[in-house]
Amino acid sequence: MTTATGDERRTTRRRFEAKKWLPILGVAGIVLYCLAPFYWMVVTAFRRPADQYDLSPLPRTWSVENFRAVFEPGTGFGRALLNSLIVASTTTILTLVIGTSTAYALARLAFRGKNLVLSLIIATSMFPGISLIVPLLRLFTDIGWINTYQAMILPSLSFALPLAVWNLTMFFRQMPQELEQAAMVDGCTPGQAFRRIIVPLAAPGMFTTAILTFILAWNEFIIALSMVNEQNMQTVTVAISKFTGATQYDQPFGTQMAAGVIVTIPLVIGVLIFQRRIIAGLTSGGLK
Amino acid sequence: MTTDTPTSTEVDSGNTTPGSPRRRRSGSVTGTGRLASALVSPTLLVLAVVVMYPIIAALYQSLFVSGQRLDAQGFVVEGRQFVGLGTYADILFGPAAERFWNAFWNTTFFTAVTVTLEAVLGMAMALVMHQAFRGRGLVRASVLVPWAIPTAVSALLWRWIFAPDGVANAILDQQVLWSSQAIASKIAVITAEVWKTAPFVGLLVLAGLQVISREVHEAATVDGAGAWRRFWHITLPLVKPALVVAVLFRMLDALRMFDLPFILIGQQKDSVETLSMLAFSEATNVHYGPAAAYATLLFAYVALIAFVFVKLLGADVIGEARSQVPKNRGARFRRGKGSAR
Repeated sequence: MTTATGDERRTTRRRFEAKKWLPILGVAGIVLYCLAPFYWMVVTAFRRPADQYDLSPLPRTWSVENFRAVFEPGTGFGRALLNSLIVASTTTILTLVIGTSTAYALARLAFRGKNLVLSLIIATSMFPGISLIVPLLRLFTDIGWINTYQAMILPSLSFALPLAVWNLTMFFRQMPQELEQAAMVDGCTPGQAFRRIIVPLAAPGMFTTAILTFILAWNEFIIALSMVNEQNMQTVTVAISKFTGATQYDQPFGTQMAAGVIVTIPLVIGVLIFQRRIIAGLTSGGLK
Repeated sequence: MTTDTPTSTEVDSGNTTPGSPRRRRSGSVTGTGRLASALVSPTLLVLAVVVMYPIIAALYQSLFVSGQRLDAQGFVVEGRQFVGLGTYADILFGPAAERFWNAFWNTTFFTAVTVTLEAVLGMAMALVMHQAFRGRGLVRASVLVPWAIPTAVSALLWRWIFAPDGVANAILDQQVLWSSQAIASKIAVITAEVWKTAPFVGLLVLAGLQVISREVHEAATVDGAGAWRRFWHITLPLVKPALVVAVLFRMLDALRMFDLPFILIGQQKDSVETLSMLAFSEATNVHYGPAAAYATLLFAYVALIAFVFVKLLGADVIGEARSQVPKNRGARFRRGKGSAR
């Protein structure tokens, strides 16, 4: 395949010089499209608050004043980061614990109604969040769960669990069937084969699923917005949307952008490190 | 690496067919059924609590109204009262109709426009990424950035870009009030949404492109087909399954749009209020009955669109039809033909 690609490229290059730089232009276009707004956020964050409306491509005077303002005592931003971390990690762990065994059964065991179960699980991920939140908000109000972590974690499972089950099912399907067969020849029950052979080998797939789930749970907004009305229980996405900042400006865009950078940078770094796994995880659905 | 993905899948789908009879036999081992139900039931239980219960509860709650209201004789009525389909009548034809239909059309308009733009842009991006040999790693990394940014943050970012003194007005050399003019605020929401999700569609389509074997293109080139004809008659039909699934996911996601208009433009703005925002606004005002009715209507709308889409375009969402054990030889033959196509 590689040689065919090379040959084709060589002939094409000889025929059209233009075709050589056209893809490069396309690549540059995509990179610019994806990164320009992000770049603008970073640059704005590093300006001095007084230079906020300055539109130069680089800050005239670099400053971390905006970042300092984000963590001003009144904003509750540090606490919000901690809340997000708690909600997103707990959601991820719960999802993996519950989802892995289900995905294994769906990928490897033959039982009646398997397709129905898988379709049902996929379908639930498409339900609009607000349709779940309105009744749950009422239920949680009645049982005194408003402003608790579980009120954010439990509804988050509604989108995290289907995604995790789906991804892990795709992953288990790709593992060779002989693994369990060998284990069972050696006297393992199907349950033992799953625990002792499959789970350790499935670590990479579970890791990918964990990253995707964590990012989705971290970025969640409407559940956290509905279930919490106290500032010290807000997650970071909600805190950021209510950010009025500590500077005297009516629209403290600089502070908001600094907060945005703080929330986004860990995700972007994680995405860059694990990009191959993430893309494989994201596209496993579209590929089949 | 990008070529790894399709290769492993080809290997996988190749394995499934010969391995299938064995899998079936191992399935008949006693105890597998019990094990399967033990493994599957926790997920189904959780989904029953966080998805099924709310859907049914919303339907039930939408039949009641709560809080103070006046009855027919003008007396104040307190507490929960059964009104049957009265709330729906109010929403569809009565006093709440104007706001509901406005939100309905906003939702539909945003979905139609953003998904169309995303499909076209995503397709273009996928074609570029597929052709690119230099800078592949850079493109792949940058395409994930908009996806990874939380919608709440991207909404703030675009609010800054579209601020009266922001960079959008500076580039366009205009003084557009993006947050208050009706058309302008719609454009702002659409721009932000497309920016964030078109690269994601591009990734899904790229995965579909990579499964197409090069020989097909080479054969068509030998037969004298130009680039445009190859795109319309080979690439597009072959990438259609991946594109259809991507478009379906995007549509269902766009129909529940909330964070972006909520933060970018604001609450209770007619020009961008979506059905999700309408239901949320009623729920926070403790109008649980109407809120539940809006939520149920949105759910019905989403379900209808998903159903029609899957029926019309045959979106193979779970991919099961192709990876499942063939029932008989004929089915296997058809499957073989399908994957060779």
